[in-house]
Amino acid sequence: MRRALLSLLAILAGGAKLHAAEQTPLEHGEYLTRAADCAACHSAPGHAAWTGGRAFALPFGTLYSANITPDRETGIGAYTDDEWVEMLHHGIGRGGRHLYPAMPYNSYTLMSRDDALAIKRYLFSLPPVKAPPPPNRMNFPFDQRWLMVGWNLINNPDRRFRPAQDKSAEWNRGAYLVDALGHCGQCHTPRTLTQGLSERQFAGAKQAGWVAYNLTSDKDHGLGGWSDAALVQYLHEGQAPGHGPASGPMAEAVQNSLRYLSDADLHAIVAYLRDVPARADGAASVPATPVAGAGGDDALGARLFAEACAGCHLTDGSGRQSAWAALGGDHSAGDPAGTNLVQVLLHGSELQTTQGLMFMHGFTGAYTHQELAALSNYVIRHFSGRAGTVTAADFAPVGK
Amino acid sequence: MVSITVNGTEYPLDVTEDMPLLWAIRDVIGLTGTKFGCGIAQCGACTVHVDGKPVRSCLYPVGALGDKKVTTIEAIGRSEAGARVQAAWLDKEVVQCGYCQSGQIMSATALLQRNPAPTDADIDQAMAGNICRCGTYVRIRAAIHAAAGTERQG
Amino acid sequence: MNALVARRAVLQAGAAAAGGLLLSLRLPGLARAAPGPASAAASGSASVSGAGFAPNAFIRIDRQGLVTLVMPNAEFGQGIWTSACMLIAEELEVGLDQVTPVAAPPDGASYTDPELGEQATGGSASIRGDWKRLRQAGATGRTMLVQAAANRWGVDPAGCTAARAVVTHGATGRTLGYGALADEAALLPVPKDVPLKPQSAFTLIGTSPRRLDTPAKVNGTAIFGIDVTMPGMGVGTVAACPVKGGRLRAFDEKAARAIKGVRDVVALDDVIAVIGDHMWAAKQGLQAANAQWDEGPNASIGMAQVIAGLDAASKTDGVVAKSHGDATAALDQAAKKLDVVYQLPFLSHAPMEPINTTIHVRPDGADLWVGTQVPVRAQATVAQETGLPIDKVSVHCQVIGGAFGRRLDVDSITQAARIARHVAYPVKLIWTREEDIQHDLYRPYYYDRITAGLDADGRIAAWSHRVTGSSVMARWAPPGMEMDGKLDPDAVEGAVETPYVFGAQKTEYVRHEPDTVTTAWWRGVGPTHNVFVVESVIDELAGLAGKDPVAFRRGLLAPDDKRARAVLDLVVEKSGWGAALPSGEGRGVALQVAFGTHMATVAHVAVGKQGEIRVKRVTVALDCGPVVNPDTIESQVQGGIIFGLTMALYSEITIENGRVLQSNFHDYRMLRINEAPMVDVHIVHNPDGSVGGIGETGTVAAAPALANAIFAATGRRLRRIPFATGQMSEA
Ligand code: FES
Ligand code: FES
Repeated sequence: MRRALLSLLAILAGGAKLHAAEQTPLEHGEYLTRAADCAACHSAPGHAAWTGGRAFALPFGTLYSANITPDRETGIGAYTDDEWVEMLHHGIGRGGRHLYPAMPYNSYTLMSRDDALAIKRYLFSLPPVKAPPPPNRMNFPFDQRWLMVGWNLINNPDRRFRPAQDKSAEWNRGAYLVDALGHCGQCHTPRTLTQGLSERQFAGAKQAGWVAYNLTSDKDHGLGGWSDAALVQYLHEGQAPGHGPASGPMAEAVQNSLRYLSDADLHAIVAYLRDVPARADGAASVPATPVAGAGGDDALGARLFAEACAGCHLTDGSGRQSAWAALGGDHSAGDPAGTNLVQVLLHGSELQTTQGLMFMHGFTGAYTHQELAALSNYVIRHFSGRAGTVTAADFAPVGK
Repeated sequence: MVSITVNGTEYPLDVTEDMPLLWAIRDVIGLTGTKFGCGIAQCGACTVHVDGKPVRSCLYPVGALGDKKVTTIEAIGRSEAGARVQAAWLDKEVVQCGYCQSGQIMSATALLQRNPAPTDADIDQAMAGNICRCGTYVRIRAAIHAAAGTERQG
Repeated sequence: MNALVARRAVLQAGAAAAGGLLLSLRLPGLARAAPGPASAAASGSASVSGAGFAPNAFIRIDRQGLVTLVMPNAEFGQGIWTSACMLIAEELEVGLDQVTPVAAPPDGASYTDPELGEQATGGSASIRGDWKRLRQAGATGRTMLVQAAANRWGVDPAGCTAARAVVTHGATGRTLGYGALADEAALLPVPKDVPLKPQSAFTLIGTSPRRLDTPAKVNGTAIFGIDVTMPGMGVGTVAACPVKGGRLRAFDEKAARAIKGVRDVVALDDVIAVIGDHMWAAKQGLQAANAQWDEGPNASIGMAQVIAGLDAASKTDGVVAKSHGDATAALDQAAKKLDVVYQLPFLSHAPMEPINTTIHVRPDGADLWVGTQVPVRAQATVAQETGLPIDKVSVHCQVIGGAFGRRLDVDSITQAARIARHVAYPVKLIWTREEDIQHDLYRPYYYDRITAGLDADGRIAAWSHRVTGSSVMARWAPPGMEMDGKLDPDAVEGAVETPYVFGAQKTEYVRHEPDTVTTAWWRGVGPTHNVFVVESVIDELAGLAGKDPVAFRRGLLAPDDKRARAVLDLVVEKSGWGAALPSGEGRGVALQVAFGTHMATVAHVAVGKQGEIRVKRVTVALDCGPVVNPDTIESQVQGGIIFGLTMALYSEITIENGRVLQSNFHDYRMLRINEAPMVDVHIVHNPDGSVGGIGETGTVAAAPALANAIFAATGRRLRRIPFATGQMSEA
């Protein structure tokens, strides 16, 4: 597999050199579709690929992603080029229906018309599937689509990406990948009261129950302590030694999008992120090895860790047999609130990798909320030396 | 085509690289001492050694092996610690149905290879990943102490 | 008194066979029963052959002196093969190192368990059934071999002795090995009622020799059912509809066949199987097949409905299993009263070896390689599903990686036969752990109401216990039902007869079947359920009476019940009962008479600040009458206690939307080594007592001893299993 991985990287790196010029238009469209991570939302478990149907439980209701196969009735088959670009840039679908901003058109607005149409070309090459998504369930007043007009005025910058003249081509490529295609800010940048993206770019934010960590160049809270190589590896594989594995939505981003990017593009992303002004927001990063003598009255947590976790993660967090099972340095273990830890314990996590599917089951049902809280606090103390504040209530379903 | 070395023998296998080692060992090579219990790294029945380290073969793709060497229950007795563990297992009559015991012995051997005199706590730590539905834990603990020569008298 | 014995009685009376399957109604004779051609072919064990000396169904000695013992019971960890060999070898005068045990073929005429009335292994019945018949078998064989030697020498057999498979003439010192005598012995008439050794003469029984099956289990060479490999065999895995009664609606055959190594997709109305060169191909193929189901009428059922149904049923009158005195009147007059509900969940067996069947169906016959507790039923279901005559179905019984009652059912074998009909090659069908847990047949959910009253002296004046739950017996062996088919004797076993004397007692059973699961035997059967309820309530009443739980129990025993007193006294002594403990710790006691064995158990627990339960030590004293292998008894009780603690602390199968929520060990949690207490087992010497079973006694004891210890430690009375998945943190 190591051999396979190396050859895969070689192909990708080679491909990057040739880049757009030597890809067929369709391959180019596919690459951009990956980079824009359309699959993340428009391919949902239990639904045929690209037919949408993925539920987004947002503060104001539940949205379902659209079918983006070229089916004329239920998909995007009827879109003209202009309608398509209008939709991506302004969030206005066919017939003038405003899209809800779960669709990141305030990022896609930066996309070039050429790239937008390349994506359309690729999507139109897919087999059409008739599959109407479930109707959205929005709470009043958010079920009033026309309200989105106001939202767009405030939150959609409506402009195309313009390269910064004082920056390198690599930096600009990275900026385009991160801001226009990858729409990383949608999760990693805190939102304003109207759910638009705030000024605190990449300072980390909580989205759909998960913390998207600080990506700024801050040494203790952001990516300042990461090497370039570690960052590229993390984006490509979903793990890097001393930093733990990606889980939840980040694992999905790696699985569906980032791992397909060329080496050159990954380095471009890193070059751009390195330049994001430091902000000391969020939990501080975590040392790569467990904190010796962290102490604390964690007998229950320690016992549970030995039973349910150490089988894969090992007591010292070095991970049994798989780099994705290594927990040392995992940012999630340094968040005293344990937000992502709670999510992983509740829902598990999975990531398709070059070494097969890496997955963890949720540990609910047979474990009490107290046990899971004790376990979480043990993990936090053991790996970061901090005092976790996870409580049983964190594991209780909302509203119960 | 993947080539893997198990118990000192090299096997070229016509399988995909993502195939878990467990099924390669059992269904392709035909060594059935390594058991399938859960397939999700919870029970330890499938434990084998890869370059001397205990791994869960149900989640270890053959493609990840490279040049690493696999040892299974069929050959663990060739190692000094493995032989001692197996002898202690018979001596203490640990086994009931026996289904989990290949994995238990592989984990116990790995423990003794890195910690020749484990305490009860060390044993709990190293063996908690191996489930025994028949409940042979009391005797597993005793047998590991016996193999290590750390048996308490009385 | 014992449901399984009751069942035997009914079956022997010649009642109709269960579910169209053939139950043997004949006890094994000790007459020369060389297996007929059908059963010889069916055994598949090459070493069982009609040649040489075969004085009965259990012993084969060939001319080379090879001694093969045919094991009437299946080995799945109980050590029964070693114990059974000891029983035969003791009288046959051979060394354990000289015998080779093999599994009996399906042959009800020869191998019906005298306790169960069928060729089956369960109900802790093996030793009870074998104690006499296997010693008799051995003694008969030895007598004939000695006679053959005496004939050859022209001497009085009384002057000859046998040891280690050699007959010696004392006066002359001449010797002949059993092999050399086999042909001549085979021609002799089979003697009747051969006298057995007095226990004082035992050299093997009562000792703890090394088990016979363990060397192969520590070096990886033991072949379990899941390890069977046949030339040309395919390996398959299955998905059945997640909701009982649903139907396969659609699947993607093309995608499944596109997986490298996939050979065949077999889709039946309620199950789909993908067969490949190996399990990985099969698993991936099954995933790619992406089966869609019509879930049918059960798809909306959840636990709330199941429990509400039981609750309603428990308020109706049941069939009266036992009544003496006027319990209602006595309750009215009682000085102190208790009125409580106990609940026990559905349970999955989760043996470590997942369900698997290897089967080859041909136009002219079928071979089945499987670990089963019921070989005759296994053979019958394959015959039924394939339309083959029964004697064309060969069953090769395999070593079993844990059974716990799961393999008393043949549903997976039935399914395998249905699938295997569609392919020409042998196929090994393996259920994933998820399939194993979600398509198990479950221990019934029991909902018990108990009302009891104490008189002014603190004695139990009234005891009224109504058990509500589904009936396994009614499904599995309808003739075993009592009172016009209304009473399931298993459902009330351990509730009808308790170790105690009550002023008045009424024990009832209300049968209530859940719609969405099938229920089955589970380790400890009736007693695992009822002893938990009875012993918990006894503890509650001791508290009400203000008495020490042990003293209270002693006061309730019949004056002549020496066996119960002895185990109670011994466990008190060995457990340090009554000695002071730190706060947050407690000891709990449970007393039981189950499977013919008297047993008293004390659990010592510590309960932490967050309600976490830690079992520190379990002490057991038991009296099972004569002891065959003391080390096996200790091992079985230790394992049984751990098995029972897993249940008491964690086990629960729940249903929502008609499907089982648990799927693997991350949500069907097992006790692990770091939680396992020390378990001390003490045996009361009582060689003249009646023979008791052992395999399930520990499992029975664990929950009540634990519940009572938690009460002692915390003052919290837990009336619902499992204890550790939320109750301790409920307000
Ligand atoms: S089968 Fe691999 S851990 Fe259970
Ligand atoms: S000995 Fe049976 S599962 Fe461990």
